[in-house]
Amino acid sequence: MNGMANPTLERAGLDGWMVRLFDTIEEQNLLWLTALSHECEVAFGAALVDVVPSYTTLLVIFDPLQLTPCDVRIQLVNILARLEPDEAGAEGELHELPTWYDASVGPDLQRVAELSGMTTESVIETHSRQQYRVFALGFSPGFAFMGLLDESLKCPRLATPRAKVPTGSVAIAGRQTAAYPAVTPGGWNLIGRTTARLFDRNREGFSLLKVGDRVRFVGVSRTTFEKQGGDVTPVKDKVAP
Amino acid sequence: MNARSAIGFRVERAGPLALLQDAGRFGVRHLGVTQGGPADLHGWAWANYLAGNAWGTPALEITFGGLELVAGQGLTVAIAGADLAAKHNGKPLSLWRTINLKKGDQLTFGTPANGLRAYLAVAGGFAAEAVLGSVSCVMREQLGGFDGQGNRLADGDELTITGPGSDNPEREAPASERPDYSAPVTLNLLTGAQIAAFTGKSIFDAFNAEWRVDNRADRMGVRLTGPKLRCTIESLISEGISLGAIQVPPDGQPIALLNDRQTIGGYPRLGNLTPLAASRLAQCQPGQVVRFRAVSIERALPEYRSFRSMFD
Repeated sequence: MNGMANPTLERAGLDGWMVRLFDTIEEQNLLWLTALSHECEVAFGAALVDVVPSYTTLLVIFDPLQLTPCDVRIQLVNILARLEPDEAGAEGELHELPTWYDASVGPDLQRVAELSGMTTESVIETHSRQQYRVFALGFSPGFAFMGLLDESLKCPRLATPRAKVPTGSVAIAGRQTAAYPAVTPGGWNLIGRTTARLFDRNREGFSLLKVGDRVRFVGVSRTTFEKQGGDVTPVKDKVAP
Repeated sequence: MNARSAIGFRVERAGPLALLQDAGRFGVRHLGVTQGGPADLHGWAWANYLAGNAWGTPALEITFGGLELVAGQGLTVAIAGADLAAKHNGKPLSLWRTINLKKGDQLTFGTPANGLRAYLAVAGGFAAEAVLGSVSCVMREQLGGFDGQGNRLADGDELTITGPGSDNPEREAPASERPDYSAPVTLNLLTGAQIAAFTGKSIFDAFNAEWRVDNRADRMGVRLTGPKLRCTIESLISEGISLGAIQVPPDGQPIALLNDRQTIGGYPRLGNLTPLAASRLAQCQPGQVVRFRAVSIERALPEYRSFRSMFD
């Protein structure tokens, strides 16, 4: 278990503090970030506007009519002094995302295979073998940055992002993986498509995945994918690798 | 939608960009959902106040003009923010004060004469179903607006209102609260984040150079051009970004991040504009010149609190 070496507080406007807990990305960071989010909810109650956890930091936004930055800073220092990692959340909720890995919906499968010197089959096997942790949500509602991807699959983003990445696209970039919750532009390498509804405004909590959750991509056949409501429309636009 | 909702306006012509905005979407940023809300909080707050509405009431943000509306009933309204050559039945109308419309009256917006975004508030407020706690329209996220799907106004839309408002105010904003948006402006900035990682010359330039508002500007952010700023850190592990953050990508040209910004990002930052400075920047037309001034929290917080206290 790593500890927080030396957390720092940085001003983030008149209604925010950036709490910097770590210098490097480690799974263990998530336990501390979750614990700190929770402690902030308890300490600030209705005066807490938002908390944004991400890899190594927690951005805390408060209501500047109810609290001063000085009040919040003092409280945060106190919280940090007695913070314990959220061991109960160590496991994180596990989600299995049914994924159809295929060149028609994952047009960068071949490129990834070439870059990694593997067959597409072993790219799929490597990607689906492992469990990932959600390190941050951002980019678009419910878009979860997951890692760490096996070193052998590490690949750069596309030189030119696609204007429209289809909903459910499963993608990799650097040592991270993600699934696109909605049609957005995107520069990650597409290797498949999931039937999971990643963001649903009618669901309690809205986002399927939360920071600290665990995720496994489970390969399914085209038939199963279609049966579960998957959209088999191929990705058409060709982009420069 | 509540039982008292009724048609306030019919949209004859929607123009380039008219969006419904309440104070913003809060408590969901950890899910990657942005804040939204009015790009110019100051103009939006005044429009609501002049129409007799409480803080947070949904109003229209009209960017660049081009909107034509017909009143579906007698209405009390107010327009604040940019001068978009608004007319009432073809005659120029006064901004920054309460106006009464009769059923069938026309309200039209031309092209920007001063500023970029006007706010139209109606007594009682526009009515729409909240999505994730807010009606603020964020097109990129397909959230909010009159249809809940993040769509801007379209020709033929009928805009529902909650109303009529309970009181019939006759209000006018003091001259001191009506900015000349075309005047050179100094934007207050609270330093923070990675400012210490910028070179000494870059810190000097940041606060002494003139910055030109680029035409690459929208509700996500405003690019500024000027001397190249250098930071010893090129990129960071992505972290949360708050309103008004001034981020500097490797090209050295700062971007001020506004209401529809992405929730996390990895470029080094100088700090944050105050909310009122971010509002003011959102009214600057491309080509306008701005400067940054470092302010202390002791100055910025009372300024913001005193602004908010006008609308209590």
